[in-house]
Amino acid sequence: MEFTVHDFIQGLLPEAMPAALGYTLAAILVAVVVLSAFVAPLAGVTSWLERRVWARMQSRVGPNRVGPQGLLQWLADGVKNIQKEDIIPASADRKLFLLAPYIVFSGFLGAFVVIPFGSWLIPADLNIGILYLLAITSLVVVGILMAGWSSNNKWSLLGGMRSAAQIVSYEIPAGLAVLTVIFLSGTLSMQGIIQAQGWAPWDWFIFYNPFTLVAFFMFFVAALAEGNRTPFDIPEAESELVAGYVTEYSGMRFLFFFFAEWGNLYVIGAISATLFLGGWQIPATVFGMTMADHPLLKGVLEFTVFFLKAYLWAFVAMWVRGTLPRVRVDQLMAMCWKYMVPIAFICLFGTILFLVIWPEGNRALTFATLAFSGLVMLYFVWRVVFQIMHSRPTLYFKPYV
Amino acid sequence: MNGVIEYFQNVRDTVKSIFEGMTITFSHFVREPSTVQYPDRIAQQVQATLPLRYRGILEVDMDICTGCLACERVCPINCIAIGIEMNPETKQRDFTQFDIDICKCMYCGLCMEACPTGSIRHTQEFEGACNNPAGLVRHFITEKVPLYKPKKGGETEPRMIQKVDIGKRYLDEIAEPEN
Repeated sequence: MEFTVHDFIQGLLPEAMPAALGYTLAAILVAVVVLSAFVAPLAGVTSWLERRVWARMQSRVGPNRVGPQGLLQWLADGVKNIQKEDIIPASADRKLFLLAPYIVFSGFLGAFVVIPFGSWLIPADLNIGILYLLAITSLVVVGILMAGWSSNNKWSLLGGMRSAAQIVSYEIPAGLAVLTVIFLSGTLSMQGIIQAQGWAPWDWFIFYNPFTLVAFFMFFVAALAEGNRTPFDIPEAESELVAGYVTEYSGMRFLFFFFAEWGNLYVIGAISATLFLGGWQIPATVFGMTMADHPLLKGVLEFTVFFLKAYLWAFVAMWVRGTLPRVRVDQLMAMCWKYMVPIAFICLFGTILFLVIWPEGNRALTFATLAFSGLVMLYFVWRVVFQIMHSRPTLYFKPYV
Repeated sequence: MNGVIEYFQNVRDTVKSIFEGMTITFSHFVREPSTVQYPDRIAQQVQATLPLRYRGILEVDMDICTGCLACERVCPINCIAIGIEMNPETKQRDFTQFDIDICKCMYCGLCMEACPTGSIRHTQEFEGACNNPAGLVRHFITEKVPLYKPKKGGETEPRMIQKVDIGKRYLDEIAEPEN
């Protein structure tokens, strides 16, 4: 595989051109293709889906006019924003102001380098994959703080400061939850973490023991906070800060911040799926077909499984957004430092203890955790049915209106 | 010790309330949206669903208008303009103008209460949007028409009987329901 890619790149270039330059150009080309063919539509469709999901939870319909069921709403929004004037405040720090959206965006786009869409489908399987991911997504803080500072506006600055404080704080529970998984898998590589799990739920790290189950939710909540998602969207709390760090932005630069936010939703889901939910793992034989014999089908299945797992958690993030009100700044910090950090530490040390006692894992406890999760799910379904019975509404299961 | 208990209670309350909240929003997720997708994706015209006593844009049935000017006089903002002149040939009075400026009308309903025959009525129509305010003036006269004179002993022509009945019923049921 490596050999053919090398030959392909070298074959396209003139003899005199150095190989490093060829690889650089190829890398830029791949980045452009990935950005325009996967990330941009993904973020766009996520924005549309979020608005639809959110609308349905509020008994509305949501955007359903542009394209079939409003599927092309994101294109219309993009075209509208391109046409708008790019306003730069007279007193703004011009260079930083212009640069900030791209820093935020590259911080988000850089995450796609290590996201494993399939056993073959990963841009680069770094041996420090998850560490790289935590580092590169922190670049978003720099961009947000830059935007807040350079706008020369007190709302923007407050929003930027809040965002920085929030992201830096929530890195800790997120990092501790990730560390739990790293202890279990013994590797930092994203592919290595997935390979340490299996296709079946009882082989996933989320059900490995009760501590990892809690660690998963710690990670998910912390990731929501790092992605500035509701209920942790105090940096752009419109009731207090107009629009926070994006107050002074307009047109496409404004959109770039939200582009990153929506794309981040998928990244959050993808990381959750990789670390805790077995990533792209599929059974060795599906319907009697040995997967090793059908490499293309295997790739498609792996991609589908991973995409669905990742998107499930993107959906949960939308659902949380439709459910919970925004928390106050002090509540946000108290929640992180007083609750999530200690609980994440307990999860980490609990897992370490678990590994010391049962280095090969404890099947009984794994199945007990799985059964407990199943019971919680059943209780959840029962409560939903109860809510429906309670108010006797007109049910409407069709996704289109 | 109280602090410790409170700490665990907080954790429990957080988990419980979020769980409960998520069930409620999910149950809303499978409910029917209450949005009315006006104007094009609706089963029935909105006008048809409005109540009879809805005060929409005014209409005048010129066939049963007696030209008494009661509506013009009672209108608080003078949005009704009626012109009447004597026709020298027939020695009868003709309408030359009957305009209602919907732009000014405040839908108070005083005119329809004052009307003796029930010819000026509120309709269920409410779509008045247009590009030019002049387009909001409703002209009910295109050429000179004679005033309506109620015949002694009632109408004989079936078309007129129907119209007078509609006016009367409107007066009884909607304009002056207490009478």
